[in-house]
Amino acid sequence: MNETKTIEPMPKDFGFGSDEELLRDLAKRLLDEEMPIEKMRRLVAADPTAVYEEGQLPSWDESLWKRCVELGWTGLAVPEEAGGVGVKMVGIVGLVEEVGKHGLASPLIATLTASYALRQAGTEEALAWLARIASGASASLVMTDEKGAWEPGSTELRATRGADGVSLTGRAYFVQDAFKADLFVVHALCDEGSVLCVVRAEARGLRRIQDHIHDLTRDQATLSFDGVSIAAEDIVCWEAEATLARAWPAILTTVAADLCGTGEWQLQTTVEYAKTRKQFDRPIGFFQAVKHPLVNGMIAIDRARSLVYHAACCIDSASDDAERFARMAKSAASDAGKFLSDRSVQLHGGIGFTWECDVHLYFKRSMHNQMLYGDGTHQRRRLAEMILGPL
Amino acid sequence: MLINIVGLNMAAPTILVHGSEEQKKTLIPGCLSGAEIWCQGFSEPGAGSDMANQQTMAVRSGDDWIINGHKVWTSLGHFAKWMILIARTSKHHKYDGLTYFLMPIGGHPGVTVRPLVKITGESGFNEVLFEDAIVSDQLRLDEVGKGWTVAMTTLTYERGAAESAGGGGGDSLGPVQRLVNLAKDSWRDGIRASEDPVVRDAIVENAIIAEGIKQNARRSRVSALCDHPMRLPLQQKVTSSEFFQNTARLGVEIAGARSTLYKLDAAAPDSGYWPLAYMNSYGHTIAAGTSEIQRNILGERVLGLPKSK
Repeated sequence: MNETKTIEPMPKDFGFGSDEELLRDLAKRLLDEEMPIEKMRRLVAADPTAVYEEGQLPSWDESLWKRCVELGWTGLAVPEEAGGVGVKMVGIVGLVEEVGKHGLASPLIATLTASYALRQAGTEEALAWLARIASGASASLVMTDEKGAWEPGSTELRATRGADGVSLTGRAYFVQDAFKADLFVVHALCDEGSVLCVVRAEARGLRRIQDHIHDLTRDQATLSFDGVSIAAEDIVCWEAEATLARAWPAILTTVAADLCGTGEWQLQTTVEYAKTRKQFDRPIGFFQAVKHPLVNGMIAIDRARSLVYHAACCIDSASDDAERFARMAKSAASDAGKFLSDRSVQLHGGIGFTWECDVHLYFKRSMHNQMLYGDGTHQRRRLAEMILGPL
Repeated sequence: MLINIVGLNMAAPTILVHGSEEQKKTLIPGCLSGAEIWCQGFSEPGAGSDMANQQTMAVRSGDDWIINGHKVWTSLGHFAKWMILIARTSKHHKYDGLTYFLMPIGGHPGVTVRPLVKITGESGFNEVLFEDAIVSDQLRLDEVGKGWTVAMTTLTYERGAAESAGGGGGDSLGPVQRLVNLAKDSWRDGIRASEDPVVRDAIVENAIIAEGIKQNARRSRVSALCDHPMRLPLQQKVTSSEFFQNTARLGVEIAGARSTLYKLDAAAPDSGYWPLAYMNSYGHTIAAGTSEIQRNILGERVLGLPKSK
C-alpha cells in the first residue's frame, strides 16, 4: 500500500484471493453469531424517546468491539512495518460489506478513515500513531466545517505555532463516532498552509459536543478546541490538504462498501417479506409492481458492488484512476442505497413505517452513509470535471 | 460470417446439444462456413413474451410434417436457407405440445417471406408465412413434444449473443465518449451542452453505468464475489440494452433541435445517428425477451420470488 507506481496490469479477479475471502468469511461468522438482528435491535432501538428526545447516546457492544480489535480490525489499514495487518483494499471492502450488512455500531469505519490519512502522510510521526492504532486505539478524522462541505480543505480550525508544536483553536463538525474514538486525526489551517496532527480524546481544552443524529448505529459530534497544545511529535505532516486528497479514494470506497452491505440486507430482507406476506391470496412478490423494483434494486446494488471492488483494486495498484473510480463507486452506492432504502420501507407497507420493523435501522444507516463525504450528485459533479473538463 | 449470427449463436449450438449424428453432419458445416444462412421462427403475432402460445401447426403425414402458420420479427428471413422453427403438434398441452424443426425456407414451396418495416422506416426483418409447407421427419430436432425444452437451449445461447450485440461488454466507453463529443459540439441557451450542469450529470450517470456493466462482467468470473452464479449473467441483457437506449435518448436531447433531422439531412449531427439509434434501441429492449420478461426471470430465478405466470 505504499505509493510506488506499478505497471502491472489490473488483476482480473480484482486481487480478491483466498486471504481476503478468509478475512471476510471470518467477519461474517463472527457477526452472524454476535450481532444477529434481534440483538442489534435490542441494543440500539430499545427506546426511541431516550435517544431522540432525551439525547442519550445509542448503546453499542463494546465487548464485541474488543474482540474485533483482538482480531486485528484496527490494524487492517496499518502497514506491516507499523505493526498492522496491512490488508489490501479489496480485503478491507469485503470485510466492511459484512459490517454494513450487520449494521454494526463500532468505530471501525472512522478508524479506517483516520488510518488512510495517516498512511498517506507517511512520516515517522504518522507511523508511530498508526502503530498505536494497530495495537487497539480507535480514531476518527476531524476535517469538516460547519456547512459540511466534505471535500478536503474545508476545515475551519486554526493552528498557531508555539514554542514546541502548535496550538489548536476553533470548531470542527460532523466528526464520526467521536464518542467511540480514542484519537483524533485533525486537519487545521496555519500560516504556512495546513497541518495534520493527532489529538487524544482526553486532551486538555478539547470538548466533544454530541450531535443529535438519526442513525442509531453510530454517533457524531462537534469538536471544540480551546487552545489544545500539540507537541512536535504529534504533528503528522504539513501538506495536509494534499495528504487528505490522496486518502480520499480509500475513504469514499470504504463508505461505499458499507452502503453495499446495508443495501444487500435491505434487498434480501424485503425479498423475504415479499415471499411471505400475502394479499389478494398471493405472496406480494408475485405482483410485478413489487417484483420489478426488487430486481432494479439488485441491479443497482450489483453495479455499486462491482465498482467498489474495481476502485479498491485501483487503490491497491496505486492507479492514477483511483479517484475517478472511487467517486463512481460512491455515487453508485449512494444511489443504490437511496433506492433500496425507499423500496424497503414502501414494500413492507404499513409495518415498514413502524419502529418495530427493522428496516428503519438500515434506512437511517444508509441515509447517513449516502450523505457522508458527498452523495451521488456531489460525486458526479466532481466526475464531470474529469470527464467533461472544468466549468 | 457475421450475417449468420442466428446460425452460429443459436442453430449450431442447439443442433449440437439435441441433434442426431446425421443432422450434425449435414447441417453444421454449411452453418459454420456461412454458405447456409439461418433465421429464427419463434415469435408469432400471438406469441411474443408468452412464447409457448404457438399457433403454427405441424401435422404428421407419413414421413413428413405439413406446416401452416405465421412467424414474425424474422431477421435475415430473406437471405436464409434454414429456419429454426417451433410449431404446435398437439393442442392439448401448451408446453408439451410443441416440437422443434430445422425447416428449409429459402425457395421452399409453401413458404412466403415478406419484409416488415421498422419504426425507423428501415426494413430490418420479415414475416414468414407457411401454407402447407412440407418438412421431412428427418429434420425434426429431438422428440415430438420436446420443442419447449429445445427452445430453452436456443434462448440460453441467444441471450448470450444479445449481450455482445448490446455493446455492454468490452467497449463500454464508446457511447459515453460519443456523448461527450456531441455535448461539446451542441449549444443550448447560449452555452455549450457540455457546460450545462444537468447535461453533465446525465452524461456522468451513464459513464458510471457503462463502467458498472464492464466491472459486473469482470466480477461475474470471481466466484468468491458472487452470491448466486446466475445473478450477474442474467442482468447483462437488460442492463446493456437499457444503457444503449438511455445513452441514445440522451444524445437526442443533447443534440436538441438538430435531433429532428433525418440522416439524409446534411445538418444532422453525427450523420443522424442519435434519433435512429434511439428508435432502433427498442429492438434490443424488446427482442430476445423483453426487459419486463428479463425482470421476471431475475426476480424468479435469482431472488426466488413467486412466478408471475
